[in-house]
Amino acid sequence: MIDSLCQHYKNTVANVHRAQHQPGERATRSFEAARKDIKHWLQADPQDVLIFTKGTTESINLLCQALAHHLQAGDEILISAYEHHANLLPWQQLAKNLNLTLTVLPMEPTGHLDIEYAIAQLSTRSRILAISALSNVIGHSQNLQPLLNAAQKQGVWTLVDGAQAAVHQRPNLQLLDCDFYVCSSHKLYGPDGVGILLARERSVRALRPWQFGGEMVRHCGYHNAEFLPAPLGFEPGTPSIANIIAFAATLNWLKTLDIHAIAQHEATLHKAVLDGLRARDMQIIGSPNCALVSFNAPNVHHADLALLLGEQGIAVRAGHHCAMPLLQHLNLAGALRVSLAMYNNSNDIDQFFNALDQSLEILQ
Amino acid sequence: MSPLSPAAQQALEQFQACQQWEQRARLLLQWSSQLTELPKDLRTAENLVQGCETRVWLVLKQKADAIHFEMACEARLLRGLLALLLVRIEGLNAAQITQIEINEWFNQLGLSRQLSPSRSNGLNAVLKRMEMLLQEI
Repeated sequence: MIDSLCQHYKNTVANVHRAQHQPGERATRSFEAARKDIKHWLQADPQDVLIFTKGTTESINLLCQALAHHLQAGDEILISAYEHHANLLPWQQLAKNLNLTLTVLPMEPTGHLDIEYAIAQLSTRSRILAISALSNVIGHSQNLQPLLNAAQKQGVWTLVDGAQAAVHQRPNLQLLDCDFYVCSSHKLYGPDGVGILLARERSVRALRPWQFGGEMVRHCGYHNAEFLPAPLGFEPGTPSIANIIAFAATLNWLKTLDIHAIAQHEATLHKAVLDGLRARDMQIIGSPNCALVSFNAPNVHHADLALLLGEQGIAVRAGHHCAMPLLQHLNLAGALRVSLAMYNNSNDIDQFFNALDQSLEILQ
Repeated sequence: MSPLSPAAQQALEQFQACQQWEQRARLLLQWSSQLTELPKDLRTAENLVQGCETRVWLVLKQKADAIHFEMACEARLLRGLLALLLVRIEGLNAAQITQIEINEWFNQLGLSRQLSPSRSNGLNAVLKRMEMLLQEI
């Protein structure tokens, strides 16, 4: 990634899709090659359309605004109880503005979405189903396909939010049948400020441009304009060219790694964290089955524990994890989250537990 | 700037004697348990400090010229930090309080990291709220 950024800034800086000069052509070629590489990493179909955004949050906001013209008062949007704010607030605000119904699909105490119940909620008023593949708080991975299939049968647009899951389970858009898929570069070891919205060929036509500016127009007059189709019609202004090219480079590097070995490695670490927390009688939230664990120590405020872990160089996140309704639903003021990545090793886990023991010794 | 009160001087000596984070943490907990907390019936939504993930309630009580703050806090270490904040400003009037460099005070105590902007522990939010309450006097 860093090599790719350096190479771009040293040798090929130019804007894309504009000038006829050579640097412009080179930059455009690299940029469009990046689009192709990222689609390949997602295992998307060639006809699928990949739109670049600033991140998952912007991708979902884009989708909200771009689909809004199809929606009428009384129409229904469905999300799950475990969504992070990025896949809740855009829909919540859209529902308020247009008098839509926002239905929150319930989850079991384990963090598992009740798929049968969710399917039963679909009706002729349902228009959009927006759901995360993995909760960023509970770390419970879901099999969403039966729900997605049922939604599509009803003519409901489906969005899968892969922000949290993509780094742990490489998306396979051949198998995952949804209309739209979003994720962020920074959660995939790539640069900050880049995200994607992948739209199926059948679904992209429903989208109406949402932001306006340079390089998205076919024809522009003072009082009227015609816009380019996706993706360019949804990428006004100068995109984050260097970061997008570096994101593709990051994914090309990830492709060279053995994903089964990584999954195995992460599963081993995850089990070690779960076992260690259980052995210490920590209160684990739900039944995490992937990559992260949120927990509280009995009678200890999460902020106190986070502060002492921080003193010892342990990077955990404490608080509501941008999922306030979920924490309220669980009746918790907050929690600590241990989030694992492929670069962690068993030594990190040992250090974490030493630090945890030391902190608890002071606090209890 | 107002000189340190005897209690603040004592806090400074205690914290400056700490070599390691464990000692500082234990000392913070001691300070935490010494803070007389705002009674439960005053822990209302109105008195809740906005902007910190840990719930803190803050009330200003003025007796003649001297300013007196009362607080309550869910987390013990933050409560300790708040106790150290109070010991520095206790007995001063509004004008004197606004002249105190709080960053410098926590720096001297070896606790400056607790004030960094990325911390959501609430100390910064409490300071902002105090400033606001003082302006309203």
